[in-house]
Amino acid sequence: MMAGVAEDEEKWLAAGIAGLQQNAFYMHRAMDSNNLRDALKYSAQMLSELRTSKLSPHKYYELYMRAFDELRKVEIFFKEETQRGCSVVDLYELVQHAGNILPRLYLLCTVGSVYIKSKEAPAKDILKDLVEMCRGIQHPLRGLFLRSYLSQVSRDKLPDIGSEYEGDADTIMDAVEFVLQNFTEMNKLWVRMQHQGPAREKERREKERSELRDLVGKNLHVLSQIEGVDLDLYKETVLPRVLEQVVNCKDDIAQHYLMDCIIQVFPDEYHLQTLEILLDVFPQLQPSVDIKTVLSQLMERLSNYAALSAEALPEFLQVEAFSKLNNAIGKVIEAQADMPVFGAVTLYSSLLKFSLHVHPDRLDYADQVLGSCVKQLSGRGKIEDSKATKQIVALLSAPLEKYNNVVTALKLSNYPRVLEYLDNETNKVMASVVIQSVMKNNTRITTAEKVEALFELIKGLIKDLDGTAHDEVDEEDFKEEQNSVARLIQMLHNDDPEEMFKIISAVRKHILSGGSKRLPFTVPPLVFSSLKLVRQLQGQEENPFGDEAATTPKKIFQLLNQIIEALANIPVPDLALRLYLQCAEAANDCDLEPVAYEFFTQAYILYEEEISDSKAQITAIHLIIGTLQRMHVFGVENRDTLTHKATGYSAKLLKKPDQCRAVYACSHLFWVDDQDNMKDGERVLLCLKRALRIANAAQQMSNVTRGTTGSVTLFVEILNKYLYFFEKGNPQITVAAIQSLIEVITCEMQSDTSAADPTADAFFASTLRYIQFQKQKGGAAGEKYGPIKV
Amino acid sequence: MNFLIGAFKPPCNVSITFSDEGTRAQVSLKKDNGQSIMVPLFQNQESIIGEVIIEPLQGKKLEHTGVKIELLGQIELLFDKGNFYDFTSLVRELDVPGELYERKIYPFEFSNVEMPHESYNGVNVRLGFILKVTISRNIVGNIVECQDFVVRNYTPLPSINNSIKMEVGIEDCLHIEFEYSKSKYHLRDVIIGKIYFLLIRIKIKSMELEIRRRESTGFGSSTYVETETLAKYELMDSTPVRGMKNSGYNMLLIYFRSFTLQKLQMKLLITHDHVGESIPVRLFLRPYELTPTYRNINNKFSVKYYLNLVIVDGEDRRYFKQQEITVYRLLETP
Repeated sequence: MMAGVAEDEEKWLAAGIAGLQQNAFYMHRAMDSNNLRDALKYSAQMLSELRTSKLSPHKYYELYMRAFDELRKVEIFFKEETQRGCSVVDLYELVQHAGNILPRLYLLCTVGSVYIKSKEAPAKDILKDLVEMCRGIQHPLRGLFLRSYLSQVSRDKLPDIGSEYEGDADTIMDAVEFVLQNFTEMNKLWVRMQHQGPAREKERREKERSELRDLVGKNLHVLSQIEGVDLDLYKETVLPRVLEQVVNCKDDIAQHYLMDCIIQVFPDEYHLQTLEILLDVFPQLQPSVDIKTVLSQLMERLSNYAALSAEALPEFLQVEAFSKLNNAIGKVIEAQADMPVFGAVTLYSSLLKFSLHVHPDRLDYADQVLGSCVKQLSGRGKIEDSKATKQIVALLSAPLEKYNNVVTALKLSNYPRVLEYLDNETNKVMASVVIQSVMKNNTRITTAEKVEALFELIKGLIKDLDGTAHDEVDEEDFKEEQNSVARLIQMLHNDDPEEMFKIISAVRKHILSGGSKRLPFTVPPLVFSSLKLVRQLQGQEENPFGDEAATTPKKIFQLLNQIIEALANIPVPDLALRLYLQCAEAANDCDLEPVAYEFFTQAYILYEEEISDSKAQITAIHLIIGTLQRMHVFGVENRDTLTHKATGYSAKLLKKPDQCRAVYACSHLFWVDDQDNMKDGERVLLCLKRALRIANAAQQMSNVTRGTTGSVTLFVEILNKYLYFFEKGNPQITVAAIQSLIEVITCEMQSDTSAADPTADAFFASTLRYIQFQKQKGGAAGEKYGPIKV
Repeated sequence: MNFLIGAFKPPCNVSITFSDEGTRAQVSLKKDNGQSIMVPLFQNQESIIGEVIIEPLQGKKLEHTGVKIELLGQIELLFDKGNFYDFTSLVRELDVPGELYERKIYPFEFSNVEMPHESYNGVNVRLGFILKVTISRNIVGNIVECQDFVVRNYTPLPSINNSIKMEVGIEDCLHIEFEYSKSKYHLRDVIIGKIYFLLIRIKIKSMELEIRRRESTGFGSSTYVETETLAKYELMDSTPVRGMKNSGYNMLLIYFRSFTLQKLQMKLLITHDHVGESIPVRLFLRPYELTPTYRNINNKFSVKYYLNLVIVDGEDRRYFKQQEITVYRLLETP
């Protein structure tokens, strides 16, 4: 069916072109023989082809263009006729004898052009006559093309200021009047197209109309090119007249296109000075007009204008551009009751961008925009529309991008209120944007208040919002998000301990609400951040003001205890254990024995109750040993308890080698270099001997189960420990003991049952080399090593 | 045979010349046989002066009972062909009975002749002027020679020339108001006007202005009326102002189908402000062969002109309103 129509149309076009060419041929012949009468006759017949109603705009255009080319020749012919003595006035009458209106008017416009050029009559009179006569064509398509022809031939003949056709007085008004009238009529025709034909072809009609829109818009372009249209004329006449037409035509396609056109073709400076007039129109447009795009365009243009010319800025202030725009948007939204949220948000987003570009110093403007936006959003609940969401993200990102500083955004009181209308997913995205901004710009957030505000913004990442489905969250993404939060926590800093403490408390409050999945990510940075504060305080005098409320390490530790406890409860024992140990060490440095002890206790409890995996146990026990070794704050009793426990744990590890290693590590607990009261050589030896026993047992077990005695690595390791303590001057470690251990190892290595283990061999060899080296070094060490025979 | 031919040939040549032949304007006149000849042009109250030259054939004697010249204004109706009604008849005796042997010139003069009617060549009627020279003879037939001339009368600019303005339409369907700047037009005039569309609920294809000539001949029961459309001048293409939204349209179609498809019942309506579209009218009369309006010429015929505004709708039905205009021949004042 449709193909049939297209085919037919092709045929009609071909027929039209054929008819046109045939008559053009006769016309040329008549023109060649200077036969005016025939030339007129055939030109009218030729133009009659344009009377067709069968062609779509596209095809009609094709026909029109051919006629247009011919009309150029007709115009030249008319010109020659006048040179041959035919008066142009007569010619002007002669062409009007044509019975059919369309050919008549095309010819009239053509002669009109010659007439104006002849300057026998004022251009304004001729133009006025032409534009008036064209009213006879009320068919939208034919009328549009005819008037477009008129516009085309008259363009260079307007009585513009400085033009050769300029008349006496007020001539510019005539030029403007002419273009305006042609524009008005063309727009009417264009709009009328919409109302013709059956309703089911609406879509096709709209498409056809959009193909024709530039014919109408060209008039505005012509207006903008008229030299004499200065700001006053534009403000007083041109703009009001154009807008009147825009409003009155009550057609959404036209309104959208024309508003856009106005904004595009006239200079920004004009827009700025006529902002009020222009903006007043928007609420009057049809509800279906896509105002947001147009208005956004305007704001964008104005922003660019402000950006490009600094001298324009005072003008912006002078005309109160911002408040006018803001008001206008409010009115538009009010007027267009069923405008989607998306539209409203887009408008505010554009306004915000405008405000940020033009008035970067006026943060209150930005806040005002957000406030208005909140007002619009209120009562609509969470926004479901994905486009709207996108726009809100754009809206919220704008200030961040502009100021490169979250702190500025934090000053916008309405910022978080807008956030509330986002769905959870987007909220998170937005929060990430905020965090990234902080990271990128290395923004320092220095007060608890700002921290509060910031956490309000990134709420989406900090805790579960209502109704989030956990299953849907991608594990990777989640990690990514939480890592960024962790990084953010590191960025919060203030040199003043009081404030820093407040910050920490604030952060704690927020992260504790984060739930078990988030705590493992958020707690460690907070803990370390707190410990940093502790170290800072530690350097200062204890409680310099004697003030109860003042921040003391003790208070921080209390806080830490709670925080880590939360982590332990999840449970994430490994992490909690590490943190406890970290805290204990910090407490140690602050000489707070009870606190340190408490932390250790917590760590031990965790070890006993929660850490059951043997590998985890190994790691944990080594951590405990390592930390405990460095603790100097404990009294003998406490230390004994703790070391005893640690040794006990070591011996209870599952695998023998692990036991062995843990036990020999425990030896260090009894020998701390720089503290004389903690050098208990005897117990060191006990540990080492116990380790040896375990190593032996391990060898035997291996022998029984696998038939080989396994590696001697453990022995070598223990030998190294022996050497270490020997060197440190532990009196209990004797040359004999070392000597016998070396022998045992050598023996083991030579035994038939031992499996070859190059690593262990190498290890042993280098240990021996070390002894050799020490011996040769001479001095105290050489003396000490001297008796050992290798 | 030669004798015989000679016997039937007029024994003399008669010719009529005008004294101001060289300067007088000549216009073409279409004769019965379809040929156009150029004849002198006169107007009312002019004196017609000239000479009649009678030249007997070589060596022949022309015996006559008198020579006269007549100026006749005649009306000939087509249904009564050959029967001339003379509304003007003037006679000048040129010679007393006698004999003519040689060329003789008779000057003649009709002074300030009343010629109130113009020459007219219509469909059913002709009005013509002739000078007729008759050489009366006793035994053989009279010798008659005729000379046509054309009369045209000029009118000064009318002192009163009202515009034609009227509001017409069909109730709730089409309301238009038209306005022609004048009611009297000279032959080279321009009709300027405007059509205002006040209400429009039909789909219009085009609107045109016709100039119609209505020639009526005879009177009473034997009146023949002949209407010719001299000009069809398209004024508008398609429908102005968007309408068609009202469902009244369908009703209207039924109305027209059941009553009359041709003629639109025009009806005066209350005056509206001009809110809708206005379509300009500008029609040059020059290209059309108009005559002045002739009203009741000697109770024989009338020629009247009408402007007919025709609106053609989407289904080619024609709605029209006819208005008489007076056409006159303008006296060119220098």
